Amino acid sequence: MEQKKIWQSFGELNQSEAFNKDVKDEFKEELTFVAEDDKSFLEAKAPRRDFLKYLGFSTAAAAAAASCEMPVRKSIPFANRPEEIVPGVSKYYATTYVQDGDVVAVLAKVRDGRPIKLEGNDLSPVTGGGTSARVQASVLDLYDTARLRFPTIDGKEVTFEAADMSIGDAIKGATGAVILTSTVTSITTKEVIAQFLAKFPGSRHVTYDAVSYSGILQANELTFGKKAIPSYMFQNAKAIVSLGADFLGTWLSPVEFAKQYANGKKINEQNPAMSKHIHFESVASLTGSNADEKFLHRPSETAAIAAALLSAVKGSEISIADKKLKEGIEKAAKSLIANKGAALVVSGSNDVNVQVIVNAINDAIGAYGVTIDWASTLNYRAGIDADFVKLVEDMNAGTVGALLIHGANPSYSWFAADKFNAGLKKVKTSISFNTKLDETSVLCKYVLPDHHFLESWGDAEGKSGYTSLIQPTINPLFKTRQWQDSLLKWSGAAADYSAFVKTYWSAKVGGETGWDKALQVGVINPSAALAAVKGSFNSSPVSAAISAATSGKKGGPVEIVLYEKIGIGAGQGASNPWLQELPDPITRATWDNYVVVSPKMAKELVKIDLNNNGQADAYEVNPPKPCVKVTVNGKSIELPVLIIPGTQENTIGIAVGYGRSENIGKAAAGVGKNAFIFAGLSGATVSFSADATVTATGEKYPVALTQTHSRYGTAQGNRTEVMKELSLAEYMANPKEILNDREEELKPYGGIEKYEGQGSMYPVYNRPGIKWGMSVDLNSCNGCGACVVACSAENNVAVVGKPEVLRGHEMHWLRIDRYYSGDMENPNVVFQPLMCQHCDNAPCENVCPVAATNHSTEGLNQMTYNRCIGTRYCANNCPYKVRRFNWADYTGADSFPDNQEGIVNDVVLNMNDDLTRMVLNPDVTVRSRGVIEKCSFCVQRLQEAKLTAKKDSRPLEDGDLKVACQQACPTHAITFGNANNKESAISKVRVDNPNRSFYVLEQLHVLPGVTYLAKVRNAEEEKEAKAGKTEEKKAEKA
Amino acid sequence: MSCSYHIFAAVNGYFSTPEPPFVNMISYRSIAKTLILSAVLLLGSSFAMNLSAQDGKTLFSTNCAACHAVNKRSTGPALAGVEDRWPDKTKLHAWVKNSAAFLKTGDVYANNLYNEYNKTAMNLFPGLSDKDIDAILAYIKTVPAPGADKPAGSTAPVAEGDNSLLFGVLTLVLAVVALILLRVNSNLRKLSIERSGEETEAEIPFWKHKSYIAFIAVVLFIAGGYLTTKGAMGLGRSQNYQPVQPIYYSHKVHAGTNQINCLYCHGGAQEGKHSNIPSVNICMNCHMNINEYKGEKIYTEEGVEVDGTKEIQKLYKYAGFTVGKPFDASAAKPIEWTRIHNLPDHVYFNHSQHVKAGKVQCQTCHGDITKMDEVKQFADLSMGWCINCHRTTQVQFKDNGFYSIYEKFHQDLKSGKIDSTKGITVEKIGGTECQKCHY
Repeated sequence: MEQKKIWQSFGELNQSEAFNKDVKDEFKEELTFVAEDDKSFLEAKAPRRDFLKYLGFSTAAAAAAASCEMPVRKSIPFANRPEEIVPGVSKYYATTYVQDGDVVAVLAKVRDGRPIKLEGNDLSPVTGGGTSARVQASVLDLYDTARLRFPTIDGKEVTFEAADMSIGDAIKGATGAVILTSTVTSITTKEVIAQFLAKFPGSRHVTYDAVSYSGILQANELTFGKKAIPSYMFQNAKAIVSLGADFLGTWLSPVEFAKQYANGKKINEQNPAMSKHIHFESVASLTGSNADEKFLHRPSETAAIAAALLSAVKGSEISIADKKLKEGIEKAAKSLIANKGAALVVSGSNDVNVQVIVNAINDAIGAYGVTIDWASTLNYRAGIDADFVKLVEDMNAGTVGALLIHGANPSYSWFAADKFNAGLKKVKTSISFNTKLDETSVLCKYVLPDHHFLESWGDAEGKSGYTSLIQPTINPLFKTRQWQDSLLKWSGAAADYSAFVKTYWSAKVGGETGWDKALQVGVINPSAALAAVKGSFNSSPVSAAISAATSGKKGGPVEIVLYEKIGIGAGQGASNPWLQELPDPITRATWDNYVVVSPKMAKELVKIDLNNNGQADAYEVNPPKPCVKVTVNGKSIELPVLIIPGTQENTIGIAVGYGRSENIGKAAAGVGKNAFIFAGLSGATVSFSADATVTATGEKYPVALTQTHSRYGTAQGNRTEVMKELSLAEYMANPKEILNDREEELKPYGGIEKYEGQGSMYPVYNRPGIKWGMSVDLNSCNGCGACVVACSAENNVAVVGKPEVLRGHEMHWLRIDRYYSGDMENPNVVFQPLMCQHCDNAPCENVCPVAATNHSTEGLNQMTYNRCIGTRYCANNCPYKVRRFNWADYTGADSFPDNQEGIVNDVVLNMNDDLTRMVLNPDVTVRSRGVIEKCSFCVQRLQEAKLTAKKDSRPLEDGDLKVACQQACPTHAITFGNANNKESAISKVRVDNPNRSFYVLEQLHVLPGVTYLAKVRNAEEEKEAKAGKTEEKKAEKA
Repeated sequence: MSCSYHIFAAVNGYFSTPEPPFVNMISYRSIAKTLILSAVLLLGSSFAMNLSAQDGKTLFSTNCAACHAVNKRSTGPALAGVEDRWPDKTKLHAWVKNSAAFLKTGDVYANNLYNEYNKTAMNLFPGLSDKDIDAILAYIKTVPAPGADKPAGSTAPVAEGDNSLLFGVLTLVLAVVALILLRVNSNLRKLSIERSGEETEAEIPFWKHKSYIAFIAVVLFIAGGYLTTKGAMGLGRSQNYQPVQPIYYSHKVHAGTNQINCLYCHGGAQEGKHSNIPSVNICMNCHMNINEYKGEKIYTEEGVEVDGTKEIQKLYKYAGFTVGKPFDASAAKPIEWTRIHNLPDHVYFNHSQHVKAGKVQCQTCHGDITKMDEVKQFADLSMGWCINCHRTTQVQFKDNGFYSIYEKFHQDLKSGKIDSTKGITVEKIGGTECQKCHY
């Protein structure tokens, strides 16, 4: 096969000098003991004498440390052991992740009384057991040292009784009390609020979402008479058109949509058929990167595109100036019409008119009742912008007597925060129920901290009819109280909230036993799947919407788009170190927000021409990036620039959720800038795009990008061969393309069949019992990063902080590589999760001088920390660059107490706090400084599963285990199991997909244990032309 | 495609074999030890010892002592005079290695013995060779009968000490003689050179002589190295650790005299990683009614008599219990026991793996707990100790359905390719690989 040009970085695309130098070395650091060329060894930075000194000292120190007397350890059993608790055995309790409006049914793994890991609940038909990075990371929030530990009045600690007394008096006299919350998905909480409102006449409930979906809600009210969002059914869609909706990453319910979407993307090799997804966007998003075809436009053109798509779908001619864009719209329309009745259009716009037009398109293509279902609504977002605007006005007018805030943080996320804050000062009784002293809570008189969801009772109905229950998995760590309890108390109810929830649901599910059962499974589903409801579409507002939407003024020379990052969201993840250190799937940056610009704009703005080797290298190799000043409506912030192909040339993007108050945690302190200030009202809804002016400041600021880390290139195999991607058309024409390629490449060694034996001088070893194997379907994987965080949580992977990421010291055992193919302005993007490949002929094993890494009979590449002496030969010899070295004592596991000071930053030290350490998995060693670590295939889970089978005296089955990344994946892209068992899922995947299976760097004869299924993109022929163009460009340069 | 990896792979390649030789580390170490030992012996300080008796003693205490005493009936019969009772040594060998199989041969004596001991089957020891068993038998013979006047016992250590002293003195004498001869030799040579009229170099005194210095340095280095290594290996190990506990709790009284099953209190051992220390409410299940101790006199390790009833009172204090009143478990306070068995953090050990899946007796690792008033650490809990057991212990290969996937081993067992007396050991299915215990 003519290899397509696939590249990870600009240096790779250009084959620059710096790139070629960089890929030769595993580690950036020079060796300490090497003398400079012309100087003698003694004059080196650290000469031999120093070395001997260090050696002598460390030997003496180790001896001194080791010869200390054995400490006396206590073993303190329970005084009265609960029958169901066995020390050292984990229990799983069904509960629900709730964060503002987000709902994901989960199981909490509780070990010796503390939850340490969340796993998706397979019994939920909404998520199907999937999770997201944020769900995985939320368990760490429970042990956040920045959580509020007691109630306060005016910042002084009080008891709940005292607070109740004080508030009780204040509230009675208040007129116009307002409960301000983020979207409430809990039925019982809504009841509690209703009771409170009934008790206090003149009070009301206002819902505020940091990232508003007001546009959809209001459009549906206009066209369907319901202020609600219908269910989307991506799995039923053969053609999907998204107008800037990042539904795989951040839009509404990404876990649910990712699962549905992957359904249409998984292909059967015998009869390949895929959904077709065409994406329109301004700034590269996760969903856009996964699209089959992607078209770029300016944010101000959104309405015009929607209108044009509507007329194209109806068969009329369209007039769009941009030729590419016009083609794209026609193509999208063609695809939608061809799949009428199985097509779907979604839009991420918060403009009511755009959403009305989108509804009209969906009506025209017969989406309602098939791909959009009114039988159950999505309740994840319910805030109406106008309501909140009115609240702010009322507050400033002094007509709000009491404000009770839960989940909402307008002082941070409302674009006119000053106005809100001014109004808040005029509210006599302001009460915050937030778990941390966030930007809003700090301004409130009363702060009555709420439980973390893992300490709470409750329910959540993200999708109507599908309820997920919340039960506490740990006793409250601090003096906190569920906010519903406060409301109940103040409205004079006798029962507390837990009793309230129980009474409410017991009545619905058949009494006490029904309740117990429901609590055990965690979800309450409709007895039969609900029949799809079409709804009645009212087309009368459409024409008005079109004229209103398209009459808007043209955008200026530069436009800005605010977007959410997968980990940080609207700022909820900012204080979570796991999420801060999770590289953004697109930019691969950690610990910051920045201005995303296109290569073309970069050329003008910061004078970096990516086709110029020197400039591209200077930009890419050095962490400090040029800064720009972005001004919108007189407000401005300065941020560094990242050049991201796939961004519209006149558009810049900035992620919201950064620039949070340091009160919410060490991880958030000083990280990024708040971009919410650039939002504004457009009509009655908040708009997250605007005209902007951008000027280079000449400053530089380091951004911790992981993209250029872990690169590798030798004559034996460089990155271009790691990834295999082809279009559906190519696949249909020649399904055996990849297989034949492999066959041909391995021909000198006897072909694929005999390669293991003939490709090497080593003998072939039997694997008598179990042979662990993994397969990753690149068609299903969308790069969301849930697996990365799950891996960190399961395996105690250390957080290293920004300064260390800058030095390439990040510790993630599993990374998701981003590959580009095609042209620089709008390339295709492919994601590839890469973890230790557990090679059966592993190059790392051969070079370890102390045999700290070696092979097991089960096919595991074992890493033994206590034997490792840290030569790093293995990492240097690993062709996949998946081994990680503990450069510093990130975990506090060393025996020397003072070797963290001044070396690791506050965030890392905070991760070593006694409270935070409660999240550690006790089955996995906490690694100390100076050892290599890497993916172990979650060996602790494998061992546990084997033991379970042994105790039951039966062979191991697929259902016995899931590795952490596999469990977390919302699209089930990862299959894992015993490859020796013909009946196992992993064997079946390999047998069923001979054409797409490949091993990464197979030609090295390292015999990896992980198979990948090649990415097939439902794009058309033009690919060839694109690849050709790149070649031409290269030829020109040469 | 060139294979750059394979070049150095060839050098170190053997590390990646499925049964990596590094697991033999222990034996290498012992070889090294032996080498150093012989060197040291050569150098004069004699460490003479009776290796086979030593072996027999070790083998006895690791394999037999849990159930057998030499002179006292225990779980199994007293072993003194066993060879008189079993005149046919081959039968005895067969019995020890696989008592179940031997019973099936219908041997009358064996079956009587089996019945006499309430049909308690003796553990299988397929890992013991005939030589090992003979060593154990030899050791049994050397143990004096109780009450006998210990004539052998009292003289033996002296004799041993005499021997090494004798060897030491002899070596020293020989060394002095050698030194004198060397001096004589060099003096003679000097004389002959002087005779021939050549000039002689000034004589270097032997304490400044490079060869002597080098020789002494090497000796010191080897001796120092040996002692350091030995000391380092012992660091962090605490065999025979026997702390004083907050309550004098006698395992001998509970598990020995009163025959309470270990798992009654330590039920966690078959369910999970930890063999939990029982909570106060478990103690109170029995001690609500058992208020005083009336058994044999009990003593601390120092020989001080203990008042059992007082110790029960201590328990009541923790439990918040007064005799005659109902017991309220929620009022109980936990007891802070001192932990005896400590493993390093990087070792994963799961009790249920051994107790439930492996069907290993508690006594195998914890010693004859039914005889310990105060518990002490029986095994050294070193890695060598773990590995050695994994090498010789068989898994429940035929009885446990999990192992049905090892089809090849089953065939080989049937066809005799694998020695059925040795069977499938833990090592054979990968039980000595690093990531079985370290992750």
